[in-house]
Amino acid sequence: MCRRVLSKCSLNTSRLGAVPTALGSLSRCPTPLWVQTLSLTPSLTLPCPSSMPSPRVLSLSPESRAQRLPLRSPREGAAGRHDASPQPALLGAEQTQGPQPPLQHLHLHLHLPPPALPMPGAGQRHPRPPSWRRSAQARLRLCPPIVGTEAFPGPCCAEPGAAVMAAALRRLLRAGGRRGAALVAAAAACGPGPQTLRLIYTTTAAWKKNVAASGPEKYTEAFIKKQIEEFNLGKRHLANMMGEDPETFTQEDIDRAIAYLFPSGLFDKRARPMMKHPTEIFPEQRKIQWGEDGRPFHFLFYTGKQSYYSLMHDTYEKLLNVQKHQDQLAAQDLPPQKEKKNLVGSRWLTKTELEEMLLEKLSDDDYSRFIQLLQKLVMMPCGNIEENYIKKFSREISAQLQKVVIEPLKYDEQGVAFSTGEGRRKTSRATVAVYDNGTGKITVNGIDVLHYFPVLQDREQLLFPFQFLDRVGKHDMVCTVSGGGRSSQAGAIRLASAKALRSFVTEKEVEFMRQAGLLTVDPRVKERKKPGQEGARRKFTWKKR
Amino acid sequence: MNPALLGVPAPAVPSTKLGAAGDGLLSEPLGHPDFFNVKELFSMKDLFSARVHLGHKKGCRHRFMEPYIFGCRLDQDIIDLDQTMDHLQLALNFTAHIAYRKGIILFVSRNRQFCHLVESTARECGEYAHTRYWQGGLLTNAHIQFGAGVRLPDLIIFLSSLNNVFEPHVAIRDAAKMNIPTVGVVDTNCNPCLITYPIPGNDDSPTAMELYCKLFKMTIIRAKDYRKQREGAVQGRPVHHGDAGPLEVEHPPQWADEKK
Repeated sequence: MCRRVLSKCSLNTSRLGAVPTALGSLSRCPTPLWVQTLSLTPSLTLPCPSSMPSPRVLSLSPESRAQRLPLRSPREGAAGRHDASPQPALLGAEQTQGPQPPLQHLHLHLHLPPPALPMPGAGQRHPRPPSWRRSAQARLRLCPPIVGTEAFPGPCCAEPGAAVMAAALRRLLRAGGRRGAALVAAAAACGPGPQTLRLIYTTTAAWKKNVAASGPEKYTEAFIKKQIEEFNLGKRHLANMMGEDPETFTQEDIDRAIAYLFPSGLFDKRARPMMKHPTEIFPEQRKIQWGEDGRPFHFLFYTGKQSYYSLMHDTYEKLLNVQKHQDQLAAQDLPPQKEKKNLVGSRWLTKTELEEMLLEKLSDDDYSRFIQLLQKLVMMPCGNIEENYIKKFSREISAQLQKVVIEPLKYDEQGVAFSTGEGRRKTSRATVAVYDNGTGKITVNGIDVLHYFPVLQDREQLLFPFQFLDRVGKHDMVCTVSGGGRSSQAGAIRLASAKALRSFVTEKEVEFMRQAGLLTVDPRVKERKKPGQEGARRKFTWKKR
Repeated sequence: MNPALLGVPAPAVPSTKLGAAGDGLLSEPLGHPDFFNVKELFSMKDLFSARVHLGHKKGCRHRFMEPYIFGCRLDQDIIDLDQTMDHLQLALNFTAHIAYRKGIILFVSRNRQFCHLVESTARECGEYAHTRYWQGGLLTNAHIQFGAGVRLPDLIIFLSSLNNVFEPHVAIRDAAKMNIPTVGVVDTNCNPCLITYPIPGNDDSPTAMELYCKLFKMTIIRAKDYRKQREGAVQGRPVHHGDAGPLEVEHPPQWADEKK
């Protein structure tokens, strides 16, 4: 079995990673965090017992090898056989019963680089530390010194001490593992001198990082700087890839290049791959709030929301200024100014905009209180004094109503006035040219209307705009229409002709047309069929059983 | 040691790099009971005209404030201004010492009427203010709320020791928990128990509050100026080290030129 294990385990660095699995599978308790951490530190050094020869290999005594346990525990099935257990000799060593000297030379370095301990020479024994204390729970027993004559090119041959350590770990797990409490033997590593061991009792709960309390991810200045360097370098590489000049590679070029190199069918633009300057990606964050002596920079630091409260303080100060000004005017018997700022075309900052301005999270109450204070400031008779301050917090609303431009009449070669219009209905698209001085002739796609629309209903639709404006026989119409069915094509032509007729008609009549619904695009389209239903609305027949 | 704080850098403490001269710098003011002469900043007449002696009605009286009450007239409690003078002197002296040693001073008042005044006072003397809603863990959970390595205030001054619902301010208890000394103006309806240097006095009149703000501002500025002066003197001293010898105890500077 030992030979099989040997052949399986190759001399690679991953053997250390197998330590926790071996231990974890064999011990009944879950492997605590610190064991895995230990196994990951590649530079575990253990002052091996005195008789460890160099090179640092794990050597076994014949007796210990004879007593070793099978690799897999009775609980495991066939899976255990394939487990590359790196410590077969280790397990054998553990099984030797009998009085064992206490753990002396164990160094378990948690998250710390272990000291460079020289290998003790032969015959040198470290004195037992006087401060060693044993408690009922700390049944730490040293695994027997692994003495052997042959070199054992096992999986841990580069870290022979790891075997000793792992044995001790297993003991620790057995000792206190059930309750989830891990015993950590921390060594005050102070070099080759006498080492003391200290037992610290702790639980995994103490090491868990309180993710919620740490707040949003904080980016250090060094990190952002590095990101900017990487971005600039990447920009040049991208320019080279696209065969363009790196010096004149703008952000639009970058976007185009990324869209070309990484085509994405995703609908949301924000989900597509993008390459932007780090200042646009990483949100701006507040730097450290206090100086070297620990004194915070801002006088409202201890409130927790210094920017917001400072803003409230400043706004209230403006309010007091205005009141003082009012009082002065009243004292001089002058009437207060009544010119009020017109608020119609402006709006206050939204909560998100204010948060971006202050670089601080706000609650809805905070935001509404601030806006109320601003309103109060504006409503005061002499509020105009602080107009500049108020302007910082208001935004103009762009004109939303768009006046529809009615095109003027055009004239063709004969001098006949005509006008064009476009219309749509469902999937039909129509373009129409309405000519003046006509007789009411309508041509659709080169075909006469009577032939194209045999149904009366469709022809009535075409007629409606002219009928509405009392211009039934006065115009000629030439239409082109495509898409949809007969009814939707008729509706498209109707809309197009109504739009074209606007040029012939007064504004009042245009308004009448609009109110009649002649100029509105019919938004109705075919509703999609849903799964689990027969149609858009029709459900499958309900059967009682 | 709190395991949560393992690996967290200790808060920066101003280290005096002045050596032997520095010891004199810090120990010298401790020799006198009123080194900064705060007594001259106020008088009984000032307190009276600022209406500091006016307390609340008899029904609002707090049991522990009875020693500080001079009497009761027409159901209104009158605070004993003799005691107020003594307490005010102690409190101002302590504030001056803290400011001299470059401590962080936090002004707390939950009275909406004087919120702006207190914040302005704090800003003008270079210290800190908190006149807003007190979040629960500001002092006790500071390392998580503000970040690791934050330095807590070394003195908290309560210009009104009650909060908006007329209960003792949470900061009094939290400061006692965190071993932060407190100075507080206690009215007849307040509990003076956990406050290190209570000042029995009115905390509702604008005149009284303006007087307190003015007094605290003056003491803090005075102490800081003196500190700067001494530090400047000490730095200039090595030039004359040979003849100057060990640090002489200077006569406390005259404050008479400062206007009240």
